[in-house]
Amino acid sequence: MIPVILSLYWSFFKVGLFTIGGGYAMIPLMEAEVIGTHGWLSAAEFLDIIAVAEMTPGPVSINAATFIGYRMAGVAGSLITTLGVISPSLILLLVLSKALFKLIRNPVAGNFLNGLRSALVALILLAAYNLGQAALIDTPTAMIFALLLIASLVKQISPLYFIAAGALLGLILYPY
Amino acid sequence: MTVPKTLAGQPGPKESLFNILLTFLKVGAFTFGGGYAILPVIRQEVVFTRKWVSEDVFADILIITQGMPGQLALNSAIQIGVRLRGTVGGLVAALGVTAPSVIILLIIAAWLYPLYRDNQYVHAVFYGLRPAVVALIAAAAIKLGREILHGIRGIILCAILLVAAIVSQVHPILLLVAGGVAGLLVCRRECH
Repeated sequence: MIPVILSLYWSFFKVGLFTIGGGYAMIPLMEAEVIGTHGWLSAAEFLDIIAVAEMTPGPVSINAATFIGYRMAGVAGSLITTLGVISPSLILLLVLSKALFKLIRNPVAGNFLNGLRSALVALILLAAYNLGQAALIDTPTAMIFALLLIASLVKQISPLYFIAAGALLGLILYPY
Repeated sequence: MTVPKTLAGQPGPKESLFNILLTFLKVGAFTFGGGYAILPVIRQEVVFTRKWVSEDVFADILIITQGMPGQLALNSAIQIGVRLRGTVGGLVAALGVTAPSVIILLIIAAWLYPLYRDNQYVHAVFYGLRPAVVALIAAAAIKLGREILHGIRGIILCAILLVAAIVSQVHPILLLVAGGVAGLLVCRRECH
């Protein structure tokens, strides 16, 4: 139990520390830790949890961390993963807030962050590809993916509409 | 107790910890759709409704929020809390924005999910949700790419990193650091 708790904390600490710019930056990191390194969840389970995390209120990565932690080690696990994912923010912002403010305004740090974001685009694309193999399993699922992706390229869509459309199309197209 | 100073050096307004907690509990409990949906709600609360910070200060907070590790909503909440009541204020704001997530997700993970896991309509919903989530992730990558990959150098760097990631299966953290270092070397002037 103790080793699981510790590795859960460390895994989600890393996710929190390298989620820069928020949002979907955490997806490839969580995928690598939870599916790749530790094999805690299958890709399909991971996608289900991200879907639930999207449709519930609050920050998506905190929602996902709570759910994954509970699956792994009950209530204690959920508290540990959540604490892990928020620890870097707490440490950096409570202790180093002023120094960071100066650092971020520094052009050298700006170049570092720009390069890091280029890597982020590559990583998020790769995560979509990896997870797609568990999600796009037949013609209807491929159609749902293509429809929503094209719609999002044409018009800015809230994640909530993606989730609502996916759920509705799933109910209609599922091979019962 | 000393009144905490803002970054600009003026004394911040004194606010009760209870109000800080309540404000961020509300943000955490009622805002759907992740970071970019939550930030406008936080802005409305702290700049206009509560008048805790000015629009200029909030803009500075956003710069730190987006350049820093961590969740957008959490990062901005902590900074507001610190401005109002120092370290304790930051912790209370973090608790407020996090607690609703933990409570709601625990109810789902511990009770709802096991109850409905074997229901065929729930299967049908998740059958459709999985490709929807993949579309969401792919759309996020494309949107981010459009925003930040200006010019041929950024695109080439991104392509090289993508190939490196596929071929080597290296941990994402290493790739992020490699990208950052490449940014230092490549982007001397023209990447902004």
